[in-house]
Amino acid sequence: MIKINAKYCKSCGYCIRFCPKKILEMGTERNRRGHFYPVVTDPDKCISCGICASMCPDAAIELPAKEGA
Amino acid sequence: MAEYKRSQLLADSPSGYCPGCLHGLATKLIAEVIDELGQADNSLNVISVGCSALNILYWGGDFLSVAHGRAPAAATGIKRVNPERLVFAYQGDGDLAAIGLAEIMSAANRGENFTVIFANNQTYGMTGGQMAPTTLIGQKTTTTVYGRDPATTGYPLKMCELISTLEAPRFVARYALNSPKGVSDARKGIKKAFQMQLDGKGFTFIELLTNCPTNWKMTPLQTFDYMNSNTIPYFKPGVYKDTEANG
Repeated sequence: MIKINAKYCKSCGYCIRFCPKKILEMGTERNRRGHFYPVVTDPDKCISCGICASMCPDAAIELPAKEGA
Repeated sequence: MAEYKRSQLLADSPSGYCPGCLHGLATKLIAEVIDELGQADNSLNVISVGCSALNILYWGGDFLSVAHGRAPAAATGIKRVNPERLVFAYQGDGDLAAIGLAEIMSAANRGENFTVIFANNQTYGMTGGQMAPTTLIGQKTTTTVYGRDPATTGYPLKMCELISTLEAPRFVARYALNSPKGVSDARKGIKKAFQMQLDGKGFTFIELLTNCPTNWKMTPLQTFDYMNSNTIPYFKPGVYKDTEANG
């Protein structure tokens, strides 16, 4: 399950376009700089592929290590 | 992918780049590759002038900001006195292909043992979107308002093709950063170039096709479609020279 650091986000939408499961969408809240940031709509469907994280120009998405892995 | 963390080589603040700018992605990729190679304390980023210079707001590691276009010349000096350091120059297309053309060709021709990362977004981003040497035919900029006309301004410079004709460079490759596959390939390419440098093989050159949502006057996602239909057909991604592959 990914972790989105809202403070770095600039609302470009690359993560939303490339999510293979289409479970990211732009949220309605803004960060301190006034950018909307994405939210995960269905955390159970996340396959932790890391594509959203690798496409993020601002390194705002992290993929924590799986428990027990 | 097991784990994906923000690199310690990136400053703990939002980058100085516009929303959707692939300079950010390019910088992040470099930081991650350096982490993977365990060279975080041994790396030196030679930053040039232009939007690429906004790296100084994003890069948390060692860097040196040098005169316009002269990053390869400065990197030559640094690498010759610190041969063990991982030295790379990060340059944009206005910096590398226009004012710094002599420096990059000379450094490549001498086969200096450092890496140049060339971010090609086909425009002068920082000064307001003027035509760059790499601007595509027909592309509108603030100095080619009807689109670039080759009759008066010539054709877009293909730096990878130019540099791969030289004898000394060891690895020359171009990647497009507008797709997960392109990013994954670029990561491997940068890693290979850095590893070759650490092994003392010689000059390595990586061109990254990037975008400029602000000056192309598009949304970040529109620039990806524009790159697919215009940039990539002209600047074809691929490995142009690899002396390792030939044995």
